[in-house]
Amino acid sequence: MSEKESLFSAKNRQLLLGPLSKNNPVIVQILGICSALAVTAKLEPAIVMGIAVTAVTAFSNVILSLLRNTIPNRIRIIVQLVVVAALVIIVDQLLKAYAYEISKQLSVFVGLIITNCIIMGRIEAFALGNRPWPALLDGIGSGLGYGLILVIVAFFRELLGSGTLFGIQVIPQICYDWGYRNNGLMILAPMALILVGIVIWVHRSRNKDLIEK
Amino acid sequence: MNRQGNTYTFVYAIVLVVVVAALLSIIALSLQSAQNENIKNEKRQNILRSVNILSTASESEKLFNQYITEQFIVNSKGERLEGNAFNVDVAKETKKACDQRQLPVFVARTEKGMKYILPLYGAGLWGPIWGYVSLDEDKNTIYGTVFDHQGETPGLGAEITTPHFQTQFQGKLIFDNDRLVSILVKKGGNATGTHEVDAISGGTITSRGVETMIKSYLTCYESFLKQK
Repeated sequence: MSEKESLFSAKNRQLLLGPLSKNNPVIVQILGICSALAVTAKLEPAIVMGIAVTAVTAFSNVILSLLRNTIPNRIRIIVQLVVVAALVIIVDQLLKAYAYEISKQLSVFVGLIITNCIIMGRIEAFALGNRPWPALLDGIGSGLGYGLILVIVAFFRELLGSGTLFGIQVIPQICYDWGYRNNGLMILAPMALILVGIVIWVHRSRNKDLIEK
Repeated sequence: MNRQGNTYTFVYAIVLVVVVAALLSIIALSLQSAQNENIKNEKRQNILRSVNILSTASESEKLFNQYITEQFIVNSKGERLEGNAFNVDVAKETKKACDQRQLPVFVARTEKGMKYILPLYGAGLWGPIWGYVSLDEDKNTIYGTVFDHQGETPGLGAEITTPHFQTQFQGKLIFDNDRLVSILVKKGGNATGTHEVDAISGGTITSRGVETMIKSYLTCYESFLKQK
């Protein structure tokens, strides 16, 4: 890569925007499913989780890209884990100090960001072989791609499961008076899996080149 | 320099770990006071909520000082003990036998008269549950309850935190003449009478946990509650 390449060249833009659709970590690479099921019962924690994962992927990509020429190959994975774990602890501590309610809702899943395959995947596949700037874009893109799916799933789960969005009642009382009921199944994790499946289905039917032969 | 050699690898690992550990310690220490403040505010909010006063985290301290006029610790015989009721760690006290516990009591002066607020702590399905119950001046009628939990299932056991479940307790009686019967949680919408509330469908074990928690805590407070 030449020094003169512009910051937002077509290639760099692709790093940022690709994961939002055709290279999406959740619905194309099928990574990070576990937390996508766990934190999407309501919109607000889903958004915070998306931001948290984006911050961790972005920073860990940059840090490891900066360190990439110094890391001894034999302890490569351990070094990655230490950096990711440190970032996750920082995020957890910040949430506990400044977004206490949400940190309670996310509970163990903040800590479990460490095990999110997207993060280690992007470090191994991209950050260790690229300069910090593209690594940053790649990290932000992957995190946003993950967050996007979380928000889509959480939108439907909260709307149909609780009748609310961001905790505010959106389905009017009159519907309940006429016999409408919130779907309790939407609150449970299996429904999130089905919703992710539906998102994948819709996405593939619009992007036929992703369909495996 | 040989970047793959043993010496380099060891030195690299040691330096990395020391740097990261130092960084994390600094961050944890600098955020600690904000985190502790959050925990205290949450406790104040919960205590206020048990007497039906809603507050945001930022105003909780002011409202707490305004409404909670007295707080003290009693033992299982109803005798007052030295100490600060707010700082009693209820989770830790629960591990001791009743007669060795420090039992905090908060007294609130609301528009509807004087209320006694007692803490609760017990076990749900997946982890601890806790809360507060407030009683009218007769130390018999429940004025309000608030429950919280660590990891109950959303939509099932976690429903104990909803007003729908908690408001059922209001106006129920814990004594039948002089006998402490506490509040019983009934399945299938069969709750009748002054000592029963409906359980949560799909959250039976958590509901039973609430029942056991209230009963076991009120039993410890029994002598205090019988003092007139």
